[in-house]
Amino acid sequence: MASIATRIAYGDALKELLQEDENIVVLDADLAGSTKSAEAKKVDPARHFDMGIAEGNMMSVAAGLAASGKIAFASTFAMFATGRGFEQIRNSIGYPHLNVKVCASHAGISVGEDGASHQCIEDINLMRGIPGMTVVVPCDYNEAKQAVRAIAYHEGPCYVRLGRSGVEEVTPEGYQFELGKGVVLKEGTKVALVATGSMVQESLKACELLDFEPTVVNIHTIKPIDRELIVELANSHDLIVTCEEHSIIGGLGSAVAEVMAEAGCPCKLARVGVQDVFGESGKPKELFETYGLDPQSIANVVKNNL
Amino acid sequence: MKNIELEKHANSIRKSIVTEVFYAQSGHPGGSLGAADIITSLYFEELDINDENLDSVDRDRFVLSKGHASPALYAAFAEKGWIEKEELKTFRHLGSRLQGHPSMRLLPGVDMSTGSLGQGISCAVGMALANKLDKNDHRIYTLCGDGECQEGQVWEAIMAAAHHKLDNLCIIIDNNNLQIDGKVEDVMSIYPLDEKMKAFNCHVIEIDGHDFDQIRAAFKEARETKGQPTVIIAKTVKGKGVSFMENQAGWHGVAPNEEQYHAAIKELEAC
Repeated sequence: MASIATRIAYGDALKELLQEDENIVVLDADLAGSTKSAEAKKVDPARHFDMGIAEGNMMSVAAGLAASGKIAFASTFAMFATGRGFEQIRNSIGYPHLNVKVCASHAGISVGEDGASHQCIEDINLMRGIPGMTVVVPCDYNEAKQAVRAIAYHEGPCYVRLGRSGVEEVTPEGYQFELGKGVVLKEGTKVALVATGSMVQESLKACELLDFEPTVVNIHTIKPIDRELIVELANSHDLIVTCEEHSIIGGLGSAVAEVMAEAGCPCKLARVGVQDVFGESGKPKELFETYGLDPQSIANVVKNNL
Repeated sequence: MKNIELEKHANSIRKSIVTEVFYAQSGHPGGSLGAADIITSLYFEELDINDENLDSVDRDRFVLSKGHASPALYAAFAEKGWIEKEELKTFRHLGSRLQGHPSMRLLPGVDMSTGSLGQGISCAVGMALANKLDKNDHRIYTLCGDGECQEGQVWEAIMAAAHHKLDNLCIIIDNNNLQIDGKVEDVMSIYPLDEKMKAFNCHVIEIDGHDFDQIRAAFKEARETKGQPTVIIAKTVKGKGVSFMENQAGWHGVAPNEEQYHAAIKELEAC
């Protein structure tokens, strides 16, 4: 099975978008080769601005370009985009609701060897807290490419979370990405594994370790979240297990918990994710095992909570 | 426009500033009064903004990076007839278009939402880049505080402006040498500001920010400067025009009481 990083899809989508629409501009902060925003340069170097290692400035410059009618894509690693650039995203981009698309790569602990300083596990939390911000976490190349194209023309600020490491293709052939709509990948009973990003693959693998068929759902849009689907899942299952390569605080698990609690769903919830700790250096696979994100850990959480 | 007419507009703007802050019992009179002459010069002489193109981006634009001087911006809008003078009394009130710091989504003519220091200048850089891409002749102006220059982002923005040779960008530093906690050089010195800006590859002009001839000449020189952005360091007096507010850091973010309000208006009307 093909294994491609979602950031590759970002570069490929940008290339197409720049060819199709002269209104699109791209900014990066000295990581264009890594985020794949450099692909845009191949189409039109004049519309790719390398702003140097100055993420806060990059976000506000992107806002200025958007205020001039451009659709501005701004990229760097998730840690520096949403961490260093948080207040600029909030005040320069979010408050005036400008067309800036923050597409950040190297999110989560699968960054690997760089260690905790570069493993952003707070970005979904930070971005979904900004009023009017759309937050998308695609799971594979196919979905990421479609998501980037979709948010380009979705009015207002958007955040797209992309990964460094290769991930298997899991979206079915002919898959059509629809912003805000969760995707049921497997229909089962008792337990619904509700996953986002790279954890969709891990959840699918976890099914093979269980002696029953759980439901598996891909929630690619964290905000606005698919309330209807979550309530439906909660009303038809005994347990929902959220799976995310993010802190269990403020991410998908929190978003699902909010929906379930407000809807008065009687279903139990367990959250697979980074358990309020920093990561460390290591290979992505080792890190997933160490921090409880691998299929076996998901299967264990299911068994312990049923 | 003749200087005497500019002076009249500036005086009217100053009265509006004091009125806004008095009715709000909140806001920043000192920095607004100090910037009044620069803002008058921009809106009544330099910027090609008029009633017809107010809603468009196809014109010059102004980013008030020191967003707390919003009373001066709204006062200029009222002086231009873009908002009613009566609306100035809603400044900082619930439901008003005149937010404590400017919101581009609420008030037509506001070119960027600002308030968090250091960000407006970067937004202006983005606008100037967009104009270069679109190959138009519109110019971008931004007004920054001197205390604001303590923000690292200001230097990131200046670096980017010079790197991209943004000669369509004019950065005005409102150098009143006072910030909330005291004198700029005592709190955290930004000096020598001219040498720093020159070292960042900007064209630097130093003027008296209350002298309309000097402001006019600086804008002309900025327009004629090619291949680099222009930084105008405008020496100003915080609280200018209201004697008891002049050069007082204490009037940075404090509203006058009724007695002080009437005294201020009386003094401005005597001008």
